[in-house]
Amino acid sequence: MDESRRRDMAIVGARLLRDGERVLVGVGLPNLAANLAKRLQAPQLILIYESGVIDARPPRLPLSIGDPDLVRTSLCALPMMDLFSQYLQTGWIDVGFLGGAQVDRHGNLNSTVIGSYAEPEVRLAGSGGAADIASFSRRTLIVMPHERQRFPAEVDFITSPGHQDGRRRPGGPSHVITDLGLLDFDQRGEMRLIATHRGVTAEEVLDRTGFALQVSSELGEIPEPTGEELRAYQELAVRAG
Amino acid sequence: MDIVSVREAVRRHVQDGQSLYLAGFTHLIPFSFGHEIIRQELRHLTLCRATPDLVYDQMIAAGVADRVVFSYAGNPGVGLLHCFRRAAEQGLVEIDEYSHFELLGRLQAGAAGLPFWPLLAMDNDLTRQRGRPMLDSPFGPERVAVVEPLRPDVTMVHAHCADEDGNVYSWGLLGDVREAALAADKVLVSVEEILPSGTLRERRDHLLLPGFRVTTISLEPWGAHPSYVQGRYDRDQLFYLEWDRLSRDPLEAAAWLERFVIAVPDRDAYIQLWDPERLLALRRSAGHG
Repeated sequence: MDESRRRDMAIVGARLLRDGERVLVGVGLPNLAANLAKRLQAPQLILIYESGVIDARPPRLPLSIGDPDLVRTSLCALPMMDLFSQYLQTGWIDVGFLGGAQVDRHGNLNSTVIGSYAEPEVRLAGSGGAADIASFSRRTLIVMPHERQRFPAEVDFITSPGHQDGRRRPGGPSHVITDLGLLDFDQRGEMRLIATHRGVTAEEVLDRTGFALQVSSELGEIPEPTGEELRAYQELAVRAG
Repeated sequence: MDIVSVREAVRRHVQDGQSLYLAGFTHLIPFSFGHEIIRQELRHLTLCRATPDLVYDQMIAAGVADRVVFSYAGNPGVGLLHCFRRAAEQGLVEIDEYSHFELLGRLQAGAAGLPFWPLLAMDNDLTRQRGRPMLDSPFGPERVAVVEPLRPDVTMVHAHCADEDGNVYSWGLLGDVREAALAADKVLVSVEEILPSGTLRERRDHLLLPGFRVTTISLEPWGAHPSYVQGRYDRDQLFYLEWDRLSRDPLEAAAWLERFVIAVPDRDAYIQLWDPERLLALRRSAGHG
C-alpha cells in the first residue's frame, strides 16, 4: 500500500479516538493510529495491548504488541488472563481497534482463512484476541485498505462478530476506516459510506466494494491532514524505521 | 528438581507423540528448547502455544509436529508464519484453534485442576465449527460458554534466573507463562543465570514458580534469542523480519535450520554464529552491559 494512503488511514483512525479513552490496540495500522492520537488530541489516551501491557508510552512505534519498549514505558504488564477476564470481559475497554483481511456489510471481520476453513486458499494468523475484543469492547473501530475482495457481502469466515440479526449491536463496529473514506453502520447494522477522502467519488468506492453499499444522503469530505498531524505522523514513521 | 543441560532435560523428559507447551508471549520464548527438540528429531508432537511465533514455525518446518493448538499463528508485527501456513494449507499438520481468551481459559482450567473454564464471549465461525458447549449458571439467568482444560505433558519456560533449589524468578511481560507451567505435570526451565541457594528470597514478588513445581533447571544464557528477556537483551527485530523473508522459500528455511540448529551441538555454539556487535546492541538497548 502506498505510504500516503497508509498515512491518511492512520490519521482518520487517530481522530476517532477521544482523550481519556482506554483503547485495546491490535498490530499494524491500529497501533499506528492509536500512537498518533496520543501525540495529537488525546494525550491522556490509555493504550492497552493484548499482551497485557497497560498505558504504554513507547518512544518509537513498536514492531509487535509485546515489545520490550512497550513494557519499559508501561504502567504495568498484566498476565494475559487478568487482562482478558478482569478488564476486557468486564467492559473496561472503551474501544477495540482491529484490522483484518476482510470485512462484510455487517462488520463481521475475517482474519482466519481465505476460502474454506477445511481447505483454505490462504491460511491467515487467526483470531488472537480479536474475537474477544469484538465481543467485549464498548465499541469497535476497524481499519482496512478498500479493495473489492476485502469488502465482500459476506466474509469467508467470521473470526470477530459484527452486527447481527438485523440490529446494530452497541459494542459492535462503529466505523470502518479505509484509504478511500469513512463508513459507519445504520440502525439495522448495515454498513454505509459517510465520507470520502478529497478527490475520491462515491462511484469509486462502490466500484471497490463487493456488495451494494449504502451511501449517506449527507456524504461528507474528510478534512485533509493538518500540518500538526503530518508532523506527528512523520515523527512516528521515521522512528519506526 | 535436577540441574541439567537442555539436551539432557529434553532427552529425559520429552518423547515422541507428547503434547508440549513452549510458553511466553513475545517475551521469554524458550527457543533453546525448541531447537534442541529439532536436533533430537522428536516426532508426532502436539505443539500448544497461544502464539506459535517463529519457534513453532521452525519446529513445524523441521517436521516435529503432527498437530498445533493455538490462537494466533502470525509473525507478530510482521505478517504470517510461512512454514505454518504451508503446512496448514497442505494439511500436513492438524490444527486446533481458539481465541486468546479461550486458550487462556483452557490453560487456567488445566492449572486449577478444573473440568472446564467458563467465559462470556460471543459465538463466531470458530466456535460454531468446533462446537462450544454452553452451561446455565446455577445462580442466575446467565448462560456461559465453557472450554475444556489444556494439560500439556511437558511445559517449557525460559526465565531470568533461578536459585540452586530450582525456584524460578521472572518479571516483565509474563503473558501465559505461569498458567502454562502450572497446567503441566512436568516443567522444564532454562534460565539466564543460576544463583546460590537462598540468595533470591528477597525477590519474592518476582517468583514465577517454586522449585517443587519444577522438573529441571538448565543454565542457558541467550536461551530466548531472537525473542527477549526484559532488562537482559532486547527482541532481535531484524531476525523477525529476516525470517519473514527467508521462510517464504522452504529450501531457504531448511538451510537456515541446518546451519543454526542442526549443525550446532548446543546454545553456546548457536550464539557463536551471530555477530557479536549485533548481540551487544541487543544487550545495550535492554539496558544491560
